[in-house]
Amino acid sequence: MKNNKWGLILLGLAIFVIGVTFPFWYGKEKTAPPALSLETPEIAGSADKKCVEDKAFMRANHMKLLNAWRDEAVREGKRIYTAKDGRTFEKSLTGSCIRCHSNKEQFCDRCHNYVGAKPSCFDCHIVPAEVKK
Amino acid sequence: MPMRNLGLAFVAVLLLALPAAAAAAADMTALLVVLPYGVFVLFLGGFVYRVVRWAKAPVPFRIPTTCGQEKSLPWIHNNPVENPAGPLGAIGRMAGEVFLFRSLFRNSQTEIVDGRPVYGSAKWLWFFGLMFHVSLLIAALRHLRFFTEPVVPLATGLSALDGFLEIGVPALYISDVTLLAGLVFLFLRRVVLPQVRYISLFSDYFALLLIATIAATGLLMRHFFPVDLNAVKTLAMGWVSFAPSAPADASILFYLHLCFVFVLIAWLPWSKLSHMAGIFLSPTRNQINNSRSRRHVNPWNAPVKVHTYAEYEDEFRDKMKAAGLPVEKE
Repeated sequence: MKNNKWGLILLGLAIFVIGVTFPFWYGKEKTAPPALSLETPEIAGSADKKCVEDKAFMRANHMKLLNAWRDEAVREGKRIYTAKDGRTFEKSLTGSCIRCHSNKEQFCDRCHNYVGAKPSCFDCHIVPAEVKK
Repeated sequence: MPMRNLGLAFVAVLLLALPAAAAAAADMTALLVVLPYGVFVLFLGGFVYRVVRWAKAPVPFRIPTTCGQEKSLPWIHNNPVENPAGPLGAIGRMAGEVFLFRSLFRNSQTEIVDGRPVYGSAKWLWFFGLMFHVSLLIAALRHLRFFTEPVVPLATGLSALDGFLEIGVPALYISDVTLLAGLVFLFLRRVVLPQVRYISLFSDYFALLLIATIAATGLLMRHFFPVDLNAVKTLAMGWVSFAPSAPADASILFYLHLCFVFVLIAWLPWSKLSHMAGIFLSPTRNQINNSRSRRHVNPWNAPVKVHTYAEYEDEFRDKMKAAGLPVEKE
């Protein structure tokens, strides 16, 4: 029984150590944050190259902005968004966002895949690549 | 006195916020490069140390607390799980304990009704305890998305399942709600019930408040004050690939979250929270109840000089016969 006991203890400790060190030995493809591509024809052709709001706001809050747009446009019929600097935009993922950022795989997906976010935008909306075809 | 413990725990958690605030304000982010490894070593080493120490404690006798009929005669119906007679039964019993908190499920409450004690089932602690533990496990596993690249399917799957109600963006996790509900119950239980309040120690409150603060800062970061997740993941991936780099700037919330998590992880093996390992080493739960079918000899029994009846008779046979006493061997 005594030898048996130490076998079990070692087995348990081995499972524990292997389990909690999982990220250390699991394959690491890349550790640097992804670079986003802004190289689309629409952005290249635009004069001011400005998004709806400033870059910092968009990085932190784009998901909340899109969620608010959806609710306001679809449920309340308010389809025009006035930005902080007074410019106006149509509240439309396909018509406003994707018109410029038509490179979903090099833009949206890079960060979303890196941090494991799974937005449900394209459960309903068509993927831009499919528009071109 | 017990309320003093609660006050002390509050103060301790508040004091722990200071280094985080200092790190964020004074740009001591270099600490983020070294500190995590120290914390991790304390965590791993602490558990190995404690488990080995527990394992070394001699357990010469069978002391399982059983709640069913022991295996005996073939025509007596026995309960192989509640009173295990073999290793399979003991494994089943431990599985029930670890995964379903069987002992808490058995909790009962006594009330005086019409001057007589009445025993009723009391499952609240079991329910909220299990809910809290499962939520905490899910929350911990969800964080794997910051430590793996590509993200493990387990983390993405859990996140999808956990957020399937799609309340708000980013989606509210069900496990976050149940975690908070469990924490609130466990905390109120200690504060409201006089008998539990009486036995509650500083470490009891401290553990609850620490986990509550971690959950609160995490939820604030997710839903109200978003942090740069790319920077967070880069930091975490730097740790696991042994090439850490301090983030350029991160919010005070992130530093608070990290600070409390480091304290929790470093303190875990040395505190009552080490029950996550200790439950597997509980002699009253993990033993096979075979003390009547197998002889267990205390291995450190001092050798006792015995004088058996046979030897006694050999010594005094002549005198016994002379006195007319009966003897077994002529």
